Amino acid sequence: MSHEHKDNVGAKLGMWLFLFTELLLFGGLFILYSVYLSRYPHEFTLAGKELNVVFGATNTVVLLTSSLFAAMAVTSIKRGEKKTTLSLLVATLACAATFMVIKYFEWTAKFHHGIYPGSPKLTAGPPGESVFFSLYYITTGLHGIHVLIGGALLAWIGSKVQSGRIHAGDNVTLENGTLYWHLVDLVWIFIFPLYYLIL
Amino acid sequence: MSHESAEHAEHIVSYKTLVSVWAALLVLTVITVAITRAELGALKVWAALAVASVKSALVIAVFMHMKYEARLFRIILLVALVTLAIFIGFTFFDVLYR
Repeated sequence: MSHEHKDNVGAKLGMWLFLFTELLLFGGLFILYSVYLSRYPHEFTLAGKELNVVFGATNTVVLLTSSLFAAMAVTSIKRGEKKTTLSLLVATLACAATFMVIKYFEWTAKFHHGIYPGSPKLTAGPPGESVFFSLYYITTGLHGIHVLIGGALLAWIGSKVQSGRIHAGDNVTLENGTLYWHLVDLVWIFIFPLYYLIL
Repeated sequence: MSHESAEHAEHIVSYKTLVSVWAALLVLTVITVAITRAELGALKVWAALAVASVKSALVIAVFMHMKYEARLFRIILLVALVTLAIFIGFTFFDVLYR
């Protein structure tokens, strides 16, 4: 077995730097949200009541649980428990799929009520309402894309664990993949109270 | 494992620790929902954000291993958070006093 030099600290540092750009990306959307909340408090409160707290809370629990599985996968690979790692990654992906299915039902229900960007109902309504739903679709949509990317990333990493290219002695790819997954969870930790709860 | 050389002992977080953090996150989620259902007025926004910050800190420290990384990682995390705080601060300095 060849002993090529691997800089794990450097790899993780690079991943964190990338995560900070993601933080600023979503941070920008949260700033937009708070600026428009201060401009249209009444419209935001009315529009926010349209969001389903049960869907939001369920997805919060699903994502927190997926993050637990992802973090446990790192522990298991370092202990050399390959089968456990694979099961935990499958469980993480199952949570990701559950999240997207719930999101699908949530968005479909909104569309049925005529609430989507550029819909006749929103165009005729007050500007604060359409601003709220535009931000809602952009923020949860961008977050949903991150869930899909994170899921694909973890599936690819799972295949490398399966083939033995990621193992107890060399697992920084798995660690970085789970870091991305936790970022998806972190963003949702703020989306949930801001959009579903405080209004 | 022959690969686990003594170059640097990597920290392995126990399943028990991870499950306790997960339980704490669920409790904090229930707390957020509860305080925002109560009639607290503007205070509930700050309360919800405070709980969300505690949840984030738990995820970053334990799930993301920040607690066990070198100091450089915490410094750049601080730089990123301060940058975001400056953005938020300057934006509201403009928006609130127009």
